[in-house]
Amino acid sequence: MNIATGTKTEASVYTPAPKARKISINQVLKYIAIIFVSLMMVLPFVWMLSASLKAESEIFGFPIKWIPETLHWSNYKDVWTKVPFHIYYLNTLKIAVITTVLVIINSSLAGYAFAKIKFPESNRLFFIYIATMMIPYQVMMIPQFMLMKELGLVNSHWALILLGAFNPFGVFLFRQFFLSIPDELLEAARIDGLNEFGIYWRIILPLSKPAIATLVIFSFMHSWNDFLGPLIYLTSDHLYTLQLGIQHFITEYNTEYALLMAAAVSAIVPTIIVYFLAQDHFIKGVASTGIKG
Amino acid sequence: MKSGRKSTSTVIRRNRLVAYTFLLPNIIGFLLFILIPVIASFIMSFTSWNGFGVIEFVGLENYKNLIHDTNFRISFINSILFTLISVPITLFLSILIAIALNRGIRFVKVFRTAVFLPYVTATIAVAAVWQLIFNPSMGPINGTLMKFGIDNPPGWLSSPSWALLSVSVVYIWHSVGYYMILFLAGLQNIPDHLYEAAELDGAGPIAKFFNVTLPMLSPVIFFTMIIGVINSFKVFDLIYVLTGGGPGRSTHVLVYDIYNTAFKQFEYGYASSMAYVLFLLILIFSFIQFRGQKKWVNY
Repeated sequence: MNIATGTKTEASVYTPAPKARKISINQVLKYIAIIFVSLMMVLPFVWMLSASLKAESEIFGFPIKWIPETLHWSNYKDVWTKVPFHIYYLNTLKIAVITTVLVIINSSLAGYAFAKIKFPESNRLFFIYIATMMIPYQVMMIPQFMLMKELGLVNSHWALILLGAFNPFGVFLFRQFFLSIPDELLEAARIDGLNEFGIYWRIILPLSKPAIATLVIFSFMHSWNDFLGPLIYLTSDHLYTLQLGIQHFITEYNTEYALLMAAAVSAIVPTIIVYFLAQDHFIKGVASTGIKG
Repeated sequence: MKSGRKSTSTVIRRNRLVAYTFLLPNIIGFLLFILIPVIASFIMSFTSWNGFGVIEFVGLENYKNLIHDTNFRISFINSILFTLISVPITLFLSILIAIALNRGIRFVKVFRTAVFLPYVTATIAVAAVWQLIFNPSMGPINGTLMKFGIDNPPGWLSSPSWALLSVSVVYIWHSVGYYMILFLAGLQNIPDHLYEAAELDGAGPIAKFFNVTLPMLSPVIFFTMIIGVINSFKVFDLIYVLTGGGPGRSTHVLVYDIYNTAFKQFEYGYASSMAYVLFLLILIFSFIQFRGQKKWVNY
């Protein structure tokens, strides 16, 4: 404190010395703990990446060699040629994109009805939507499968797209977001002669970019990472998604761990890129809704 | 007066028409793919049906059989054990990490990203890595343990007594980031003046934690407990890849049994009754938590 008051110019540049030291011991411990935790979280990824570039015999070498002596890029080439990996990629992309577009359209329409139109059953209906969010997927999966069988959609991407396209979470997210848009804005638009769809399309949606972004990321990630759905519905190899495709390297090529790692890295890169591009939306989305992707 | 009432009812009718037009696409999907299946599987749980032929009602027989089904009992216990192990640890760790990252830390974004990264990556890819990391003879974990003089390290995923715990470790690692984000949001909502007031009353960091942070965070803790339990009962991908339910039946959980019974053995009726037991279990856990919340959640 004395130093700080004594040399005024210094004090305005630096934080007071004694206090800073007292914090810094705590701070150092805190940083050590956080760095340790972060390493625990990230090391499996580093290990995966490093193993994907190693020769089969090097993978389990000890002590761990984080950077392989020679980089075996051929592992990646093998993954993409031994199995039709590019087809899995396209299949996964197709399902994720179509599902996401459909989710955005139908959830935002429904969210608008719940948030901005007063009708008698509104609350009761919304409550039913919310209540079903607690029901585990396993409870509906068998009748859904029967239905898809009746519709002739088993072993087709459409079963996954349709099942993914309707979820109460999206409706919930949009409703909550729309509620924060003031009604006066809608009234003004009505006076200007816009009909209800015009208000939704020209006023509400352009204001809802954050909510749309959040749901796009969630829906995309969810379809991309889904495993149980494709496992139930897809039986032909040419329809497989990435998550099913990786299975080849777990079951058939089960001694080739380097290939398995290269396949795993190939499969997660897109989601990691999406996450880095849209990190803030993603985190805001989790924080505001508690949605499980 | 009369015309006024008439116009309100026309407004209601008009609004209803508009509302249902907006709801139509979603409601069709909701009914077809969610609500009707939920009801249908309840009905199916009273039948013995394999997908072909006539549906035969058997009353409560499926549920009675479940009670005497030793395999089901093992899965039932494993599911509860898994939840009791992984949910408290996950929540405890994620609260600690969130508090550490909440204020006065540089590079928050980097650390936050590191902790959150496992959550955004596909469980299948992640499970494949952990399977190798846990490899009993050659994996890096046991390699390290042996280097530190532990000659007989556990077999992890291939040991019946360690397998469930090992799966929990991967599950905790995978989901900690998600709960951390929820807690971080909760912490950011605690107004500074509460801490300032506590400081004026002479509270140290520990007193502040127990008298300000914890009570203010209690609604978030309650919320994460509810969804944490629901999510942990639904773990499928990890177990499918890591252990396939084994060794023996040591990592068989309810959702794994439901999948096998329905899509491997085609016993749809029996599988439906299992699904409803799972649902009931989730409801019971949620109910207990809702009853308990009055004692500790601060609104």
